[in-house]
Amino acid sequence: MRNKSVYKTAYLGVFLALALVFSYVESLIPFYFGVPGVKLGLTNIVVVLMLYCVGAKEAFVVSVVRIVLAGFLFGNLFSIIYSLAGGLLSFLAMTVLRRTEKFGVVPVSICGGVFHNIGQLALAALIVENYHIFYYMPVLLAAGIVTGFLIGIAAGECILRIGGRIK
Amino acid sequence: MRRSAEGPEVKKRFGRNDRIFIAVFAAAAAMLLLSGRWRLAPGARVVVTIDGERYGEYSLDREQEIPIRIDGVTTNVLTIRDQTADMTWADCPDRLCVQQKAISGENETIVCLPNRVVVQVAGGKESGLDTIAK
Repeated sequence: MRNKSVYKTAYLGVFLALALVFSYVESLIPFYFGVPGVKLGLTNIVVVLMLYCVGAKEAFVVSVVRIVLAGFLFGNLFSIIYSLAGGLLSFLAMTVLRRTEKFGVVPVSICGGVFHNIGQLALAALIVENYHIFYYMPVLLAAGIVTGFLIGIAAGECILRIGGRIK
Repeated sequence: MRRSAEGPEVKKRFGRNDRIFIAVFAAAAAMLLLSGRWRLAPGARVVVTIDGERYGEYSLDREQEIPIRIDGVTTNVLTIRDQTADMTWADCPDRLCVQQKAISGENETIVCLPNRVVVQVAGGKESGLDTIAK
């Protein structure tokens, strides 16, 4: 008989590996808007996919472990702290919006992108004790919407095509 | 544990709510962006702070290279040229502050997070009207 927890562990491992690959790919793409911290957020495809097809708890675990591992592999301690601030807030926002069941994948993803940027900027403002850097908020919000939109479309297509097969 | 992927909100790519949501967010961001750009008056000097404490103040009129030292070690180099301030060197691993474009408008900032260095443009003598007149 199929052991359920083994099955799930394997699946989470696959998702984590996929998220890490996305992190790596993203670290290779010079994606730059003139404002630091703007990224495509490819890994959010995995988080959104898991949020819809697996569950919030699993998506959360993969998201946090991914951030810590990617930080050690491709970044530094600072990038872990900032990614965590953005990642946690983004995850919270996406979960809440998903729970309302009123919106589709794209708005959830946009919310994730926007709140990721808000989280990072808020932490940056706290650390450097200069609240003028909220000056960059409009740019980061716009960037979050654009990247969230693109990621949302990609994640939506994944859910439509392979969502049913993920158990 | 498993959530169905065949929920009503997934099947359709864009529902009515989605379109409204995206339109509202896009409009809000566009308004914020525009309002922010309008308030950009040219600055006259840059203020450097480290860890929230004032480190120095430099006029944008004088072209110079300013080494920023923390405990005697140069961590960043700020270059002032053509009325703009640009971070030209940093000892941190990611160098996001160096990649950032030069700043010249009031309240624009360059932040070096690992060193907690903030460079901010301050107080222009000219008003916003002069910007338009230029």
